[in-house]
Amino acid sequence: MTTKQFMFVNRKAPYGTIYAWEALEVVLIAAAFEQDVSLAFLDDGVYQLKKGHQTKGIEVKAFEKTWGALEDYDVTKLYVDQESLAERGLTADDLAVPVEVLSRAEIGKLMEAQDVVLSF
Amino acid sequence: MKFAILVNEGPYTHQASDTAFQFAKAVLAKGHEIFRVFFYHDGVNNATRLTTPPQDDRNIVNRWSKLAEEHNLDMVVCVAAAQRRGIVDDGEMKRNGKDATNLAPGFRISGLGQLIEAGIQADRLVVFGD
Amino acid sequence: MLHIINKSPYDRPALDSALATGEGAILLIEDGVYAAAKGGKEEAKIKAAMGKFKFYALSQDLEARGIADRVADGVTAVDYAGFVDLVAEYKTNQSWL
Repeated sequence: MTTKQFMFVNRKAPYGTIYAWEALEVVLIAAAFEQDVSLAFLDDGVYQLKKGHQTKGIEVKAFEKTWGALEDYDVTKLYVDQESLAERGLTADDLAVPVEVLSRAEIGKLMEAQDVVLSF
Repeated sequence: MKFAILVNEGPYTHQASDTAFQFAKAVLAKGHEIFRVFFYHDGVNNATRLTTPPQDDRNIVNRWSKLAEEHNLDMVVCVAAAQRRGIVDDGEMKRNGKDATNLAPGFRISGLGQLIEAGIQADRLVVFGD
Repeated sequence: MLHIINKSPYDRPALDSALATGEGAILLIEDGVYAAAKGGKEEAKIKAAMGKFKFYALSQDLEARGIADRVADGVTAVDYAGFVDLVAEYKTNQSWL
């Protein structure tokens, strides 16, 4: 099968809308299709990665376990925008998974090099 | 050139489906090919034949169905998103024990793999959403 | 690459997010076209970014919102066919939803 570079651009916070969750479902399918998958987290998307989600009270599935599953699918390229973290008072230590923190311009370059950019 | 289109919002609330439709028409008018139109998130609501907009308004669902018929478009509704939102064809009705179907002509329900395949096969994929 | 913006800059920072990636082309559609209106506070931002970005706005969306006659200098109005041409011209595109 043809392998293409797919980047998933996550810019929305979790729970308030379903976009982040359904985006993750696409990521897993792309990985199952053995595509070259990467994820970029910008703007409110960085909140998806925040450690310590306790979603029992809102009766919605939490993200945190699924991030662990990404590695099982060989999805290891997680890029996080430095500026988005900083303006929200977060650092990489606040995140539930290991990520590569990059500047917006660096993420822009990676985005440009993709075959397919999917945003939700 | 081969295009794929992803529609992430339903009809009427957001302009996304309107813009995607006008874009699809322009793609075809330019002599390009549309490999697939994929409906995801609330975009699956574009595929219910039960909508009845006022007579002086555009019928977004029928418009997609007509375009599909005229140009032999492959319009795919994500099965997981459709199940969540109650978009049902015969197969889904039987599988999930429902008492009705509502899938409009020209649409078919299938998996997310169809979106990834569209990304692989098409030269360009354009996302319309909110 | 081509950045497609459909949000009013007065509501959400999608245009700022796209501009921060560096360079390319920006196509304003739907409520995104409000960024292209002359006299608004976004005009200066667009002007400052012109060295790095080419700016386009969808004419049908400008017309629908009554601002087709006040498009900022340097922003090119394109119709849906022009939208298709832009997508074809750039290898990658990103919709800043």
